[in-house]
Amino acid sequence: MQVYLDHAATAPLRAEAREAWLAAQEVLGNPSSIHGAGQAARRLLEDARDELAQVLHCQPIEIVFTSGGTEAANLGLKGLWWARAAGTQAVVLPDGEHHATLDVVGWLASSDGAEVRAVPLDGLGRIDVELFAAVLPGAALATAIVANNEIGTLQDAAALASAASRAGVPLHLDAVSALGSVPIDFAGWRGPGSGGGGLAALSVSAHKVGGPVGVGAAVVSRHATLTPLVHGGGQQRGLRAGTQDVAGAAAFAAAATAAEAERESEGRRVAELRDRLVDGIRRSVPEARLLGDPTNRLPGNAHVLFPDAAGETLLFLLDMAGIAVSTGSACQAGVAEPSHVVLALGLGERAARSVLRFTLGRTSTAADVDAVLARLPEAYGRAVASGARSGHAS
Amino acid sequence: MRVLAAMSGGVDSAVAAARAVDAGHDVVGVHLALSRAGGTLRAGSRGCCTIEDAMDARRAADKLGMPFYVWDFSERFRDDVIDDFVSEYRAGRTPNPCMRCNEKIKFAALLERAIELGFDAVCTGHYATLVDTPEGRELHRASDNAKDQSYVLGVLTAEQLAHTYFPLGSTPSKALVRAEAEERGLTVAQKPDSHDICFIPDGDTRGWLADKVGAEKGEILDRSGAVIGTHEGAHAFTVGQRRGLQLGVPAPDGKPRFVLEVRPVNNTVVVGPKEALACAEIAGERFTWAGRAPSSVAFSCDVQIRAHADPVPASAVIEDGVLTVRPDTPFDGVAPGQTAVLYDGTRVIGQFTIDRTVSAVPVEA
Repeated sequence: MQVYLDHAATAPLRAEAREAWLAAQEVLGNPSSIHGAGQAARRLLEDARDELAQVLHCQPIEIVFTSGGTEAANLGLKGLWWARAAGTQAVVLPDGEHHATLDVVGWLASSDGAEVRAVPLDGLGRIDVELFAAVLPGAALATAIVANNEIGTLQDAAALASAASRAGVPLHLDAVSALGSVPIDFAGWRGPGSGGGGLAALSVSAHKVGGPVGVGAAVVSRHATLTPLVHGGGQQRGLRAGTQDVAGAAAFAAAATAAEAERESEGRRVAELRDRLVDGIRRSVPEARLLGDPTNRLPGNAHVLFPDAAGETLLFLLDMAGIAVSTGSACQAGVAEPSHVVLALGLGERAARSVLRFTLGRTSTAADVDAVLARLPEAYGRAVASGARSGHAS
Repeated sequence: MRVLAAMSGGVDSAVAAARAVDAGHDVVGVHLALSRAGGTLRAGSRGCCTIEDAMDARRAADKLGMPFYVWDFSERFRDDVIDDFVSEYRAGRTPNPCMRCNEKIKFAALLERAIELGFDAVCTGHYATLVDTPEGRELHRASDNAKDQSYVLGVLTAEQLAHTYFPLGSTPSKALVRAEAEERGLTVAQKPDSHDICFIPDGDTRGWLADKVGAEKGEILDRSGAVIGTHEGAHAFTVGQRRGLQLGVPAPDGKPRFVLEVRPVNNTVVVGPKEALACAEIAGERFTWAGRAPSSVAFSCDVQIRAHADPVPASAVIEDGVLTVRPDTPFDGVAPGQTAVLYDGTRVIGQFTIDRTVSAVPVEA
């Protein structure tokens, strides 16, 4: 039996999304065309925008469809940076952010003179709102992840946004991992009268909630000023030119709506399975430790430190046993780097190479959990023996 | 058996893996990420200079329907192969990094890890033959003498040979391996062979070494010790080299001069006539046996001192932990640091690193 416990990497496609995508593909027309065919396509596109706006609690006009979460984050961060207030040069960047924001800010620093103001995480991966607020004044922009993609810790997005609003600093929120598990309240987080500061942009992605890969969205506040990355036909408020992907948008909206409808019930069910997994791991490997916030975390996320084993080795052995898990973010070369998120928790490089992320989701069952618990002890024993000989992570 | 196929992204390891599958083994493909160099400085880019090789290996594994992983050995490779290469040069020796990689990485770090993770053998695309006999497993030359790679495998010990699998060993020629790759639909069928040292991608070994070892002006001496010129760094010279010696003073007999010796301690290079390169004796303390040890301390053998040199009949003797080999006819230019592999016919007896050489032509008084 193949067991898939890497829903955070990508989630199985929902039937609603597949149907919406196929139905939209039957409609011929460029949504920017003036004729009836174009109008038919445009209707589907704007229906999707309306639908997604309901899920994200924003206005439809604020949704800019993109190719995914990474592009949305690039638009949010670079867009805000290039349109920043005169005389501002600092970017507020908490530790442990996703590479889609971390590397954008890194690039702005190395190529465009951005000064990075770091905000440390506590041992559970939480951003201290006061520390965050303390470095905001005078910054060009700030960013924060709503739910950490690796360790699952949830941040107080409303408090971060209101701190940014008080400081008059535009904020980008990375809500890619949060969507479907955490209620996204763009308007509420932004609050009234934020002007150019406060929550300005928020990034989401379709495939994390059962939509297709290749579609995402940036929610860009109607009050925010951003410089576009992609110029062309002026589509989507001129913020993201290019013929719009009607089917992708329709599928995203369908997936997000379905995920939102079952968010609470599925959250409870998946969290229960997750807790059962964590308890079982602790019984068979007493030295294993759950990282991240034990209570205020993504329901499907179990991020476990196995102190005496290399995560990479465990991943390999579990894969050989038919179980798909992750050591953290997927990476292109297929080579695991020590997790920068685990390092940000104050744990050493050895620990940062000794973690596994199990992420459960909509299709996860008790049988999946049982399969992991049945096969983990042998894999762990072997990984520990292997690490002992080769001097794991020393 | 459970086989771990080391896949470099080249045609040989791809066909070797394919044959392992055909033989009914349970095969998993692994590409080793050995280098952190490359086009980007970002920490997440490890192995990226070989990204195309990794992709070729992955596509071959896809074609063969086997699981595929990239394993990171870049730290071990840097410590055991690259740093070793530099320090050997610094000590005036001429190392063979491919042998070091076989000794320390492919058939050590990788093999150990494979066994720990439940595999029975590591399969590679090397051209060499394994023969199982009542006295144990033996390593022999490949049947295609032109491609034979038993020399670079001479460092393997009995324990390593026991967990090694060379499916290409009995292939009569490389052309057949390419044809087979073509037939199997492997995209690497016509990929050129790699020749250069993999961690010096532009092939400029001298420039690379100058960077690492540092180049300092030094003296060029003749065999009597007289200064006859200067050089820009001793690392740039290797025993037997003729080119690149900018000597103002011609030799008394007008004949070309060759590098006879590199002395890193005082950064000098010794040159002399071609005849003086003749080497009557080599010796070293770092020796291993490919399978069983010789039954007596003195034995005759054939000795090969380079990957593509012809074997020379010789007599060997082990005394006080030193293996000394005297060829029946002198070698032509041997540098300390080179590996000598001893053969009994096609069978590899063992190998040693040459620490000391004795010229066949004494220095004239």
